[in-house]
Amino acid sequence: MPIQTEPVTINLGPQHPSTHGVFRLRVTFDGELVLDVEPIFGYLHRGTEKLAEERTYVQIVTLTDRLDYVASMTNNQAYTRAVEKLSCIDVPERAQYLRGITAELQRIASHLISTGFLLQEMGTFGGTPLMYCFRERERILDMFEMLCGARITVSYMRPGGVTQDAPPEFWEALAVFTRDMPGYIDDLEGLISDNEVVLARTRDVGILSDELAVAGSVTGPMLRASGVQWDLRKADPYEIYDRVEFDVPIGATGDTFDRYIVRVQEMRESVRIIEQCVEQIPGGPVRSDAPFFMRPPAGDAYAAVEAPKGELGFYLVSDGGISPYRCKIRSPSFINMNVLKDMLVGWKMGDLIIIFGSTDIVMGEVDR
Amino acid sequence: MTLELDGAELARRINEALPGAATEWNGAYVWVEPESLLDVARFLKDTPDLDFSTLRGITAVDYVEHFEIIYHLLSMRRNHSVVLKTRRFGREEPTIDSVIGIWKGADLQEREVWDLMGVRFEGHPNMKRVLLWEGFPGHPLRKDFIR
Repeated sequence: MPIQTEPVTINLGPQHPSTHGVFRLRVTFDGELVLDVEPIFGYLHRGTEKLAEERTYVQIVTLTDRLDYVASMTNNQAYTRAVEKLSCIDVPERAQYLRGITAELQRIASHLISTGFLLQEMGTFGGTPLMYCFRERERILDMFEMLCGARITVSYMRPGGVTQDAPPEFWEALAVFTRDMPGYIDDLEGLISDNEVVLARTRDVGILSDELAVAGSVTGPMLRASGVQWDLRKADPYEIYDRVEFDVPIGATGDTFDRYIVRVQEMRESVRIIEQCVEQIPGGPVRSDAPFFMRPPAGDAYAAVEAPKGELGFYLVSDGGISPYRCKIRSPSFINMNVLKDMLVGWKMGDLIIIFGSTDIVMGEVDR
Repeated sequence: MTLELDGAELARRINEALPGAATEWNGAYVWVEPESLLDVARFLKDTPDLDFSTLRGITAVDYVEHFEIIYHLLSMRRNHSVVLKTRRFGREEPTIDSVIGIWKGADLQEREVWDLMGVRFEGHPNMKRVLLWEGFPGHPLRKDFIR
């Protein structure tokens, strides 16, 4: 007689199933096998969209820092682009380049965190590769500090440009960084990409098909790992991206390893973009004279950027007042969770943590 | 560049296939009748030269006398986009058809709109709150919400 087992439902979290923030997964297991998954969000919900309705357009920049708190620069960029589109403000050339440089630095920082934590979740090296990733990220944060005095919650960008020009020491640090970074990425890859443990645990695990990814509104490295060549920087180039050359890496199968390797390759492309920006950057003002109390004309606008996690968009509705009538945030981390259940069901407990880690979500952005 | 399709031209094509479905257009926006939303969505997704296979986002705006539900649509293959809008009058639990059968990506976004704006999506298999907890009084993004 076969042994009968009963499915067991277990809460993973809400503390930390894998250090991405306060998040709960209610998982039904049959032994070790995942039968059903229900993600439960909201532990970090701060009502950002409602708060935005009571603040001026410039004040909201500080709220956007706290969405995806490992990629504040791209949050600033998405928001300020929506305001600029709504009120038809032009951004000076130099500011566009500074935005491009900081956004790409931020992308590297975010992908370093994602890669580091993915390894942490595999438990393979007991924290060492995570610290390697943090070491390089620290240099990026130091550069942000030179720009605006803050490391995480930068609020560097403003509608109409950036707050201030970069100091001379920023350019020196940036030159050293772009010189060292490719070699560092080689080191990281040498440590991981050929590692047998990593390969065994990530190859063909948690496959996300391209049809499912497109149907599920998935964006960012997760979509590209599934083999869909869609990057807003290429498909809908904003600011400087039509003036620089870079490739959009895509994955072959959409497994966990592809999601990791696409991010690593994107870091290389980001370094390329930064180098070209440094060569091309013109002189001039860094901010057009947009007023502090902006009153955009009544209407609405949607602007999106390719944030490290995917398409981050802001949909602003103005009624002509000093604060937006409605501020909707299209957060990639949240929307990418549409396919979480499809990716996890049928895998084992140990795979669950790694697959979830490879989706690279940040709860500040999911819960808003 | 992602091409924003002309609303007037798209509305003409929608009305050709589904008479009376599109009521207004302006720039890249098309307003449709809420009753024919599902048909329009299917038409936009299945017509080969439109090919709106991705739902970028769903959101709702409370204009006090009505709710406007906004669908940002995108075709990755053809690299063009359009914004579909529809209006729902009445504040006592307005409802609209769920597009989850057409775009799987509507799942969490429709739940979010229900949670924060209180527009219910008919036909969604799991119409529960997503960011707030069950039993939370009211829908915070409504203009008459009092803390």
